[in-house]
Amino acid sequence: MSSAMKQLRIATRNCGFIDPENIEDYLGIRGYEALANALTQGNPLAVVDEMKKSGIRGRGGGGFPTGQKWEFAAKNKASQKYVVCNADEGDPGAFMDRAVLEGDPHSIVEAMAVCGYAIGASRGVVYIRAEYPLAIQRLKKAIDDARSYGLLGEKILGTDFSFDIELKLGAGAFVCGEETALIRSMEGNRGEPYTKPPFPANAGYWKKPTIVNNVETFANIPAILVKGSAWFASIGTEKSKGTKVFALAGKITNCGLIEVPMGITLREVIFDIGGGCPGGKKFKAVQTGGPSGGALSYKDLDIQIDYDNLIARGSMMGSGGMIVVDEDDCMPAVAKFFLDFTMDETCGKCTPCRIGSKRLYETLEKICSGKGYESDFEKLKILAVNIKDTALCGLGQTMPNPVLSTMNTFHDEYIAHVKDKKCPAGVCKDLLEYSILADKCIGCMLCARVCPPNAITGKKKEAHVIDKAKCIKCGACIEKCKFDAILVS
Amino acid sequence: MEKIKSIADLKKFQESYKAKTAARKQKVVVNVSLATCGIASGGKAVMAAMQDELAKQEITNVEFITSGCMTYCFAEPTVEVSLPGKDPVVFGKLDEASARELVHKYIKGGEPVGTIIPVNYTRAVL
Repeated sequence: MSSAMKQLRIATRNCGFIDPENIEDYLGIRGYEALANALTQGNPLAVVDEMKKSGIRGRGGGGFPTGQKWEFAAKNKASQKYVVCNADEGDPGAFMDRAVLEGDPHSIVEAMAVCGYAIGASRGVVYIRAEYPLAIQRLKKAIDDARSYGLLGEKILGTDFSFDIELKLGAGAFVCGEETALIRSMEGNRGEPYTKPPFPANAGYWKKPTIVNNVETFANIPAILVKGSAWFASIGTEKSKGTKVFALAGKITNCGLIEVPMGITLREVIFDIGGGCPGGKKFKAVQTGGPSGGALSYKDLDIQIDYDNLIARGSMMGSGGMIVVDEDDCMPAVAKFFLDFTMDETCGKCTPCRIGSKRLYETLEKICSGKGYESDFEKLKILAVNIKDTALCGLGQTMPNPVLSTMNTFHDEYIAHVKDKKCPAGVCKDLLEYSILADKCIGCMLCARVCPPNAITGKKKEAHVIDKAKCIKCGACIEKCKFDAILVS
Repeated sequence: MEKIKSIADLKKFQESYKAKTAARKQKVVVNVSLATCGIASGGKAVMAAMQDELAKQEITNVEFITSGCMTYCFAEPTVEVSLPGKDPVVFGKLDEASARELVHKYIKGGEPVGTIIPVNYTRAVL
């Protein structure tokens, strides 16, 4: 395969090609054909079967087989069932769901109707975060247009199947992306998760069988049904079929969305498609799976990306955020950043997550400020494993991943912070020391003038010195110095 | 619009849409990427500049489409220009000035200009 064609666009097949606000543009490219075919065939279980044969797994993070999930709900005899689209995309650095909703909303509407038909549900709900106003607007228009074309509502395409979709806006809590918290929030309660079982496929929204699928999962479905499960199953690896959309962000030249077949190597993603780190910097690691995932390092460049390989490396697919860090980034600080996020976003219901996140964060802060001991590593590990084992929902169970995986892969950086009290990447402020190289300083006085606490002294045309007790490590002097005379160590 | 009541109606619509696609092929089609990100980086201003410049140049055989994310965050705002009989070309990193230049050089003269983003994917076309 030439490096130019490593991407395969299935979920994003229409993004950027059609007018999302014009239903005719979607209909013209075989839109709603999957729904029409399913309804004409008249066998809901055949749809479930196609989904099972395709091998597609949930694209929202967990990777549960979608067909199997649908089967649970389809076999349930309840009179009312629900289809829910999880559009509460909240991972830092992930924006694929927004792209699909803004670029191809009809594919989601169609797929939800197909799912409704397959499991026997007449109502669908899109739970979408209020911070996506344009996605909401386009989705609303898509639903209205589908209704006026008779593709949603009563007796669709002259059959007995009726299905309609409403929107519910999320208030921006990260935990509401977790399906049980999402269901609670939809019911008007606080967005707090509950223990499974019962799984939502058996008892979810208003205790009725509920299928919760992610936006990207739904976006794949019309393509699977039109092109066939065998086509879809021929793409990807043995246990991970199809493609995955990743959001490349951070220190990467070609930041943006990419969609690649499962099984592609990390090297191909970072270098062939992403173009490597900008400014010729050395690639250090990539955080996959957002705050729930882990860091894959330069040592992992040749692993094939799929659900199981990522889990084996202590990370996870997650929703597909990929945050790239280069040699200028400090891994304990990166882990601290993600912990800061989850510490903020924990709902507080269970103790391991609520208090555990805080304690993990505090320990990392201690390490990053040079006050840590080697014994802290063991404490971190024990606490992390305990949180993984005892937290109530996916948020808590995966929250220690960034800490564990960076400690594993970048142990030397952690050692440098506690033993040598140094931050090798020069990020952790408390561990930096500023000094002036006497042989390079010409005594221009520029640095002394900009130093906020007046920590730099010296006579004109003589080498200056920094009073380390006064220095606040703001870096103002480095910016001004034209002679590279300021040394940070 | 009439409701689509059967799979036959849907097939009929697909047929009639082919005429629209064929008509588009005779024109210059400018597809402007206007997802949240494209708009934030100035996509609407680029579109307005192109429309203004086309009017000034009295070029009328142009159809504008607004689409969603083209996936090239590093090169927003982006537009895809399809000249009749030629493959579409995606131009990135545009601003008002380069958008006007794009009209002059490429739409008017067929001469590629500015940042061109190579096609780096295959697409599942249904």
